[in-house]
Amino acid sequence: MPPLSLNRRSFLAGTSFLLASTAMPTISFAQEAKQGGRLIVAADSEPRNLNPAIVASNGVFFIASKVIEPLAEASFEGRDGLAPRLATSWEGSDDGLSVTFKLREGVKWHDGLPFTSADVAFSALQVWKPLQNLGRTIFKDLESVETPDATTAILKFAKPTPFQLIRNALPVVSSVVPKHIYETGDIANNPANVQLIGTGPFKFAEYKPGEYYRLARNDDYWGENAPHLDEIIYRVLPDRGAAASALEAEEIQLAAFSMVPLADLDRISKVEGIEVISKGYEALTYQLVVEINHRRKELADVKVRQAIAHAIDRDFVVKTIFLGYAEAATGPVPKNDPQFYTADVPTYAFDVAKANALLDEAGYAKGADGTRFSLKLLPAPYFNETRQFGDYLRQALAAVGIKAELVNNDAAAHQKAVYTDHAFDLAIAPPVFRGDPAISTTILVQSGIPDGVPFSNQGGYKNAELDALIDKAASELDEAKRTALYKDFQKLVATDLPLINVAEWGFITVSRSSVKNVSNNPRWAVSNWADTWVEA
Amino acid sequence: MNRALRLIRRRLIASIPVLAIVVLGTFFLLEAAPGDAVDAYAASLGGDAGLNADLRAQWGLDQSIWARLGAYLYALAHLDLGRSVIFSRPNLEVILERLPNTLLLMGSATALSFGLGSLLGIWAGAKPGSLRDRVLSVGSLALYAVPGFWLGLVLIVIFSVQLRWLPLSGIETIASGKQGLARAGDIAVHLILPVGALGLIYLALYLRMMRAGMTEAWRTDYVLAGRARGIPRQRIVLRHVARNALTPLVTMLGVQSAAMLGGSVVIESVFSIPGLGRLAQEAVAGRDTPLLLGIILISAVVVILINLIVDLAYALLDPRVGASEGQS
Repeated sequence: MPPLSLNRRSFLAGTSFLLASTAMPTISFAQEAKQGGRLIVAADSEPRNLNPAIVASNGVFFIASKVIEPLAEASFEGRDGLAPRLATSWEGSDDGLSVTFKLREGVKWHDGLPFTSADVAFSALQVWKPLQNLGRTIFKDLESVETPDATTAILKFAKPTPFQLIRNALPVVSSVVPKHIYETGDIANNPANVQLIGTGPFKFAEYKPGEYYRLARNDDYWGENAPHLDEIIYRVLPDRGAAASALEAEEIQLAAFSMVPLADLDRISKVEGIEVISKGYEALTYQLVVEINHRRKELADVKVRQAIAHAIDRDFVVKTIFLGYAEAATGPVPKNDPQFYTADVPTYAFDVAKANALLDEAGYAKGADGTRFSLKLLPAPYFNETRQFGDYLRQALAAVGIKAELVNNDAAAHQKAVYTDHAFDLAIAPPVFRGDPAISTTILVQSGIPDGVPFSNQGGYKNAELDALIDKAASELDEAKRTALYKDFQKLVATDLPLINVAEWGFITVSRSSVKNVSNNPRWAVSNWADTWVEA
Repeated sequence: MNRALRLIRRRLIASIPVLAIVVLGTFFLLEAAPGDAVDAYAASLGGDAGLNADLRAQWGLDQSIWARLGAYLYALAHLDLGRSVIFSRPNLEVILERLPNTLLLMGSATALSFGLGSLLGIWAGAKPGSLRDRVLSVGSLALYAVPGFWLGLVLIVIFSVQLRWLPLSGIETIASGKQGLARAGDIAVHLILPVGALGLIYLALYLRMMRAGMTEAWRTDYVLAGRARGIPRQRIVLRHVARNALTPLVTMLGVQSAAMLGGSVVIESVFSIPGLGRLAQEAVAGRDTPLLLGIILISAVVVILINLIVDLAYALLDPRVGASEGQS
């Protein structure tokens, strides 16, 4: 019985989705999708450049993923966790020097011209590799793209590049833009970076700065019976409290990315007709990390770092700061990752006595006032939770005799202080795990990264063994071996603690129950919403 | 009329150094804030060092501070406000898009606080020390002490979420296609709560000032003389006491226009109104110096113009003002 099995999977997938799903009438799964209607969702930012082929960030994808499609999207059921989009199949060569994509036939751009392999070649060589924030690294060895026919694109690499990495990165880095629009003039300043033109289920219709974005149904979409909605409207609501009230007043129907603050979830989940959903963010897990400046002599001592790890009560952090909507972390790969995660790493239980003993052992005895040494602690301002964890960490450190002075900055000042000026001892960062450690995780601990690179190792940490491991994994073509190397990587990071992983979390979607097919893939908020529909 | 022209000319000349100080002050203040536009942008997407360097070159941030200031002043002298970094559009376009919303909000809120405030002030000041005087004084002060965002949120919860009488946010219904009068009505309905929140806060100022002016006027000789001649009380209140207490309120209008602009930052965020205040906040967060300079400059011009109008009105209301200005 399909409804039951769906319910059971939801049960296993997430603890709070469990609460929501039991409250949901089972009949909703059997309902026929309704055609038409308008979906209004909350948006909290207006990206300056909406082109996902250039700016691969969640803020951009949230809007642009409905208009511009990647070659493949993340999926709960698909092979290798992928579902086809503009590509119908993908295959890597044994030497790691080429990846062949078979492209979907009969796909049209929103201006009516056909989509072909030339568009993929152009996007890869002219946009992803030279301009895209993530593509600049992942496609650094991309040399050429062969297009033997209109539906085949073969990416050729100068150096062996693991197919596993390319595959895992596809949903994020492979947004295809139309060659005929971008081939003349400066790509970075093309008007189509705001007035998007893609192949997706929705066309970009209108942007009123400060008010809303409007996307309209693409009648020529390649997907069968899709999309269901006539319109999606992104209502710009800069105030954090606004999304919750707007949902209650039915001015919007959905708020993704935890735009409703965690503290409001308990209350709003009791409002009739509103669901709180913690599923649908599995492929964009955020990590709560303590960054360490190893230039400080105290922090260069692994015993001190271990002591700090023991001083943190991860349970408390999960229960009190994240109100249960998070998991305690064991290492640099989150537990919900299906390919790389290993639990077989040293762990640091909450143990104040042990932390104190380690600090004594390291030679930092408590002074007359009970203080061993003082530190500057910089919490990242991007989330409520990173700031609250800053307050918590200060107290946790005080309990073991480390005096932390909190320095709160806004985003620009924090970026400069931590990643360019290195003017911190401890910092709190929320890096994202994007399905493969090589995308945005290994740079958190790798040495030799130039100053100024955001979300990278700017703490002066250098470990030859770890660097060698990262390099080896970056060119290892055998999937099983590569995966094993990343398990060693997790072990080494958890042993030597270049940084301390505290917790990991996905965001929360709050939606009116009239919105259907919500959170049905691991990147739902940033996927194309072709199958989303709204009950009359 | 000649007097008015002289006043305008003198005011415009005096405003040039004011604007210069505003521009230079803002430029150096934002320059002193740690981090630049690329740092702010990088926080939202990550990337590598090469990307940051490319963006800095593209946005002209690789130039020295003096080169950038020089380029900005040169463009400004040609009445060009430059391009916004965070919106990648011309600053003037971005600002003019939002200015009407802010002026509408500020203007309506000022009208509410001035109109209602002075009316209540007359009512309270007609009988200083009475019960209604005390209730009004305490009540308006309590409102003045309330933070703007809190009042806004409370109004939202009551009138939009619970009662659902009024829209909760925005300046008009999104993508409604309304035109003409229907659109004006729609905007008016959307403005009720934000104007109420902003106007009620500043109400106390006018009320207290009116009341104080009236209390003082009651003690003057001409009021005593009027009463001695047997002029009806209501006529004394309106024609003699209130009218004389009104002039300082007009001065207050000019002074308060700048404060209103500040208050609108908060109200615009709470009610998601695309106005100048919210734009300024985004410009600071994004370290968009040219945009912020443009906003401050245009706001300064608006404030200078309002004060000029207030002075002209004042000169008309009270002949003594123009005469003394003419002599100095």
